[in-house]
Amino acid sequence: MKTLTGAQMMCEALIAEGVDVMFGYPGGAIMPFYHALPEYPQLRHILVRHEQAAGHAAEGYARTSGKVGVCVATSGPGATNLVTAIADAMMDSIPIVAITGQVVTSLIGKDGFQETDVTGITQPITKHNYLVTDVRDLPRVFKEAFHIARTGRPGPVLIDIAKDTQNARGVFEYPETIDLPGYKPNYDGNRRQIKEAASLLNQAKKPLIMAGHGILLGHASVELREFAEKTGIPVITTLLGISCIPEDHPLSLGMPGMHGWVHVNRAIQECDVLFTIGARFDDRVTGKLDSFARNAKIIHVDIDPAEVGKNVVTAVPIVGDAKRVLENLTEIVNPNDHSEWVNHIREVQATRSKRQRDPESGMFTPHHVYAEFTRILQGEFRVCTDVGQHQMWAAQLIEYMKPHTHITSGGLGTMGFALPAAMGVQVACPNEEVWAIAGDGGFQMNLQELATVVQESLPLKICIINNGYLGMVRQWQELFHERRYSATPMWSPDFIKLADAYGIPGVRVERAEDVAEAIHQARATNGPFLIEFVVEREVNVYPMVAPGASISDMFEDPSEVEIEDVVAVK
Amino acid sequence: MKHTLVALLRDQPGVLNRSVSLFRRRGFNIESLTVGHTETAGISRMTLVIDGDTTSVEQVIKQLYKLIDVLKVSDVTQDPNVTRDLLLVKVYAPPAKRSELMQLADIFGAKIVDVVPDAMMIELSGSPEQLDRFVDLIRPFGIREMVRTGCVAMTRGASTISGPYQSQEFRAA
Ligand SMILES: Cc1ncc(C[n+]2csc(CCOP(=O)(O)OP(=O)(O)O)c2C)c(N)n1
Ligand SMILES: [Mg+2]
Repeated sequence: MKTLTGAQMMCEALIAEGVDVMFGYPGGAIMPFYHALPEYPQLRHILVRHEQAAGHAAEGYARTSGKVGVCVATSGPGATNLVTAIADAMMDSIPIVAITGQVVTSLIGKDGFQETDVTGITQPITKHNYLVTDVRDLPRVFKEAFHIARTGRPGPVLIDIAKDTQNARGVFEYPETIDLPGYKPNYDGNRRQIKEAASLLNQAKKPLIMAGHGILLGHASVELREFAEKTGIPVITTLLGISCIPEDHPLSLGMPGMHGWVHVNRAIQECDVLFTIGARFDDRVTGKLDSFARNAKIIHVDIDPAEVGKNVVTAVPIVGDAKRVLENLTEIVNPNDHSEWVNHIREVQATRSKRQRDPESGMFTPHHVYAEFTRILQGEFRVCTDVGQHQMWAAQLIEYMKPHTHITSGGLGTMGFALPAAMGVQVACPNEEVWAIAGDGGFQMNLQELATVVQESLPLKICIINNGYLGMVRQWQELFHERRYSATPMWSPDFIKLADAYGIPGVRVERAEDVAEAIHQARATNGPFLIEFVVEREVNVYPMVAPGASISDMFEDPSEVEIEDVVAVK
Repeated sequence: MKHTLVALLRDQPGVLNRSVSLFRRRGFNIESLTVGHTETAGISRMTLVIDGDTTSVEQVIKQLYKLIDVLKVSDVTQDPNVTRDLLLVKVYAPPAKRSELMQLADIFGAKIVDVVPDAMMIELSGSPEQLDRFVDLIRPFGIREMVRTGCVAMTRGASTISGPYQSQEFRAA
């Protein structure tokens, strides 16, 4: 019988799993794999400039394509560089498989050169992980890893493979079945509970749907819309749920939470039934828990049983897949009309929206940039944002029309996410317009990836919102720390010259009236392009709920609130 | 209130480590934990005693189920069951105190497993409450060294915990 090396088996297994691209970086302990790779031209390998970027790129790929993203690194420092991205994928339930080389079996546990216990390190930040030291285990482990990553509540799985195992030979037979008696995700919601949810929704006077990431992960956008339209119930979308319903839909209300809209948070406080699906009641959404949705009975649908009942008391818990539960529910729920309730929320919105959306007069702020974005791009784009003020504004102000067009690091809030994640998005959608939007701070956390963008000819559009500060931290210092700008003012290089050094054209925009032209120029460029928007330095993201405060207590500028009170509840 | 949970685990590398570090990370208060073999090769059994007032038992069960190699978790607290803890205790026992100690041991059905001129080792297995009472009684003699294994539990009757591996509501996802 024909035998293969472990390294060849790894490639065969990747192909069997439908992988066609991976992001990685070689090194000693993973060299056998890289030796085998050229024998498999159908596997595209993208060489990043730092392993963290390989992880985020795999995430970006998975977040848009719905397929499992793959990243590869060597042992020791290569593997530890992946840790942030793996944690990010864990928090946001992103299906990635991380493959790391490990020192030879005889050195494991002996502090061999570049040995780290990466299965130990990543144990709490992976859905599951494996250390493989027997080549006969490789096919089964790959089969299980991809299955675990993509099914149920998706998440990262790490496979650590000893170097001698990659070199060992064995017979390759890829298993067709999986034997994991302890892992059986439940997709169909309990019929009785679904009925109960329907009757609660039928009786509700002021129902509200809170749609989260689960709608996108479960590819249930269409089902969500049908359910909302049949029942007439308005929809709010969490940060990671954004783009699961077109934002110009008459029932789409926007984002709740710390930087959500006033009318949305107020709707949560006024509703009598809160139907939450694929969201996990993060503290950035709920604010102070015991005053969240005070008047509402909560229906919670999630594929992960451990999320149901974790943070809030639920009247009707349903463990199941978003798509199937919505289908079943839509079938049995009564058609309804809640236009009075929707109009009531829209009235609150109307009194606020002007000042929430408009920049302060005479200043050049991100509001101008994002307004032009929405106007010019007409929903035909995919946006990856970084973490900070620019991220919150991009969530608030850009209008998203199609699923998976807003990609951000939600749960972990990882600065440095946007550029490498956007590379993954662009690889998944080579013919679409992909924008990476980062702050001056976050951009500098992974800017080395400009080289990857060029080497791989990725036509990414990169946008830096430069306010000269670690803006979000500065905002908290202004509001809660006596304006003590400790370690937040930030010097940056000439980003246009920097881009030029990589061979990437770019422009700097310092006035609102030049925004549109720069965007047009970027779009007209065949290949990557960088725009630096030099915006007003000290503008704050509003509205805001102070950390730890109730979502009833939003403020729109500091003069509206006694800062003392805010500090007291922090 | 104390809860006794029984879990079946596949013998895979790291499964115990995963369980224990889960308790640490989520801040679960575990009073005792024991692991041992079962009737089936490749499957271990873990018994956990949790203080249900400080730790959500439901969350412990659900989070354990999220581990791929955890097959079954069952709260046996309310079921009729046999719970046993094992005690080894070395007591200060000069010849004058010996017979008194032996009498106490006898009442509890404990065994004297070692005797030297001024000390004695006693072995007792029983419910944790029984062991508590025995320890309280011999404490005045002077305990020099003591160890308890923590509880193991099994429900009474013909049915077994290993029945179907997954309970409907708490399946891993
Ligand atoms: C890796 C990492 N380090 C630190 C933080 C804390 N943090 C959150 S927002 C922020 C400021 C981001 O500044 P910038 O990238 O310039 O964006 P801005 O808020 O100015 O738009 C910081 C430091 C983080 N989220 N991630
Ligand atoms: Mg900044």
